[in-house]
Amino acid sequence: MRLTCPLCGERDRREFYYYGAEDYLRRPGEGAPLADWDDYLHLRDNPAGVTKDLWYHEAGCAQWLLVTRNTVTHEISGVELVAGRKE
Amino acid sequence: MPELIAKSALEGRTETLGPVTLAEVEVGPITSVALFPGGGKLAAKGLKALGLAMPGPNTFTGKKGARIVWTGRDQAFLIGVEPPALEGAALTDQTDGWTVLGLSGAGAVDVLARLVPLDLRLASCPVGTALRSQLNHMNAVILRTGDHAFEIMVFRSMARSAWHEIHAAMDMLAARAGTKF
Repeated sequence: MRLTCPLCGERDRREFYYYGAEDYLRRPGEGAPLADWDDYLHLRDNPAGVTKDLWYHEAGCAQWLLVTRNTVTHEISGVELVAGRKE
Repeated sequence: MPELIAKSALEGRTETLGPVTLAEVEVGPITSVALFPGGGKLAAKGLKALGLAMPGPNTFTGKKGARIVWTGRDQAFLIGVEPPALEGAALTDQTDGWTVLGLSGAGAVDVLARLVPLDLRLASCPVGTALRSQLNHMNAVILRTGDHAFEIMVFRSMARSAWHEIHAAMDMLAARAGTKF
């Protein structure tokens, strides 16, 4: 498996660390109801198909990356920096 | 204050095995230049005094004596000169944190091919390339300084491990060449 880091270019899997689903980018605001926190912390989709998750380029530029990949075909269709990302 | 004597991690060790030479390199001061958000313009002004600019991803510029190496998003290492007064960026002295190994000779690229998960052949890694990657399991910054020359920066605490790993690869290649040098 290879990921194309937007800064470093195409790199081997061993340079990256997997963090988890992209849900971690949507932290509930202050005073959010408990249900939102429950969702944020515990509830994850497990899709057969396209999913987005967070990877850390620990042996490269030390950036967090938002990776779009397909769990069925293993195709990686997008890698973008979490920093400077526009919602 | 008493005069303190700076000692390098490997005491300037050098070894040649066949066509490849591994040597510790003395590069002078190393300073991390990390831009504050929106600080690019101010920092550029300060670096201009040295004839340098923030390098693009995966590159280094300048010559021996004053080089600037890309090390991350909005971050670079200034090597070989005392840093100028710089606004718009955080400057951190890294001199004692790194050891630089020079690997040169016709087989240098084959040695690194055994240790680094990157294509370091000249076509995909021209002179002036600076890559952050791994040397086996050690994080490293790899500079392409010549057609047959690399400089490899590793954490100082890893200096002897890095030397050992590179030396072992050199040894294997020398053995494979059919002649024990």
